[in-house]
Amino acid sequence: MIPIWYYAGKKLGSELKSRQVPLLALAAAFSFVIMMFNVPIPGGSTGHAVGAAIVGIVLGPWAGVIAISVALVLQALMFGDGGITAIAANCFNMAVVMPFVGYYVYKIISGSTDITSSRRVIAAAIAGYISLTIAAGITGFMFGIQPLLHRTAEGVPIYMPYSLNVTVPAMLLEHILGFAILEAIVTALIFAYIQKTDSSLLYGERSAQKMRMRKSSTA
Amino acid sequence: MDKTVRNLAIGLVALIILAPLGLLAVGETFGEWGNEELEEKIGFVPSGLERLSSLWSAPMPDYALPGIGESMTAASAAYILSAVIGVVICAGLLYIIGKRIAKD
Repeated sequence: MIPIWYYAGKKLGSELKSRQVPLLALAAAFSFVIMMFNVPIPGGSTGHAVGAAIVGIVLGPWAGVIAISVALVLQALMFGDGGITAIAANCFNMAVVMPFVGYYVYKIISGSTDITSSRRVIAAAIAGYISLTIAAGITGFMFGIQPLLHRTAEGVPIYMPYSLNVTVPAMLLEHILGFAILEAIVTALIFAYIQKTDSSLLYGERSAQKMRMRKSSTA
Repeated sequence: MDKTVRNLAIGLVALIILAPLGLLAVGETFGEWGNEELEEKIGFVPSGLERLSSLWSAPMPDYALPGIGESMTAASAAYILSAVIGVVICAGLLYIIGKRIAKD
C-alpha cells in the first residue's frame, strides 16, 4: 500500500483545487461515520456501507484513496476496528478498489450525457453497488486464501479458519443482497444533491468546461 | 465555504447524532470476530490471531469507553463521542494536508 499512498499523494497534489479542500475533509469524515452504521442482515451478521464510490466520483479516485485510507487507519489505531495488521488489505479493498471501480463505472455509464442528466444519478447508484460488491468479493478471496497460506504443519489454520468456499460466497452474498444496496442509495442521494445544487464541484467538471470553452473559441 | 459543502456538513452532523442506530445491529461482521466469538464458532482460537491480538491496544476499543458501564445510554454516548473524534481527526487532517498541497 505504501507506494500507492505515495503516488496518490502526488496525484492529489497536482489536481486538488483549494475550493475542494473542505469537501475532501468532509469526505473522509463522512466515510468514517457511515462505516459506523452497522446494518444487520439475516443470518446474524452485520456490515456497513463505505461511502468510497461517491468520494471517487465527486473528488476523483486518487482523492478517494487518501480520504478513505485516513478513515480506515484511524478506525484501526483509535478504535481497534479492522485491526492494524489488516490496514493494508482493508485500504486496498475499500480505499483503492472502491473509488476506482466506482469512478470508472460512473464514467462509463454516464458517457457523454450532460452533467445534469438523471442518467448520471443512476450511474452513481450502479457505481456504488458494483464497487462494494467487487471489494467484498476480493476481501472474501483474501480471507479464503489465509488458511492455504498460513497453517501449522498439522494443517490447523493460524489466522482465518474458513476457506474460500465459505468466505467468498459469504462476503459476496451479504453485500449483493444487503450492504451494496445501501452503498448504492447513499451514493445516488449524495450525487443527486451535489448535481442539483452545485455540479461544478464534481471531479473533472471544471476542466471539462474549460476544454469545451477552449474548443469553441478555436472553432 | 460553498453552500453545498456547508449543507453536506450539516447532513454529516445529523449522521453523527443518528450513529447509535448502528449499535442496534447485533452480531459481528464477517471476518471481524473477536477471539471469544471464534472460540464459540470453531472451538479454538487460531494461534496466529491469539499472538497478534496483543500487538496493539486501541484507546477506545469497539467505539466504547472502558469503564463507563454497559447501558445503552452510555454506549450511545460513547458511540457519538467516537464519531465526533473520528470526524474531527479525519476532517482536520485532510483539511491541513489539502491546504498544503492544493495548487491554487
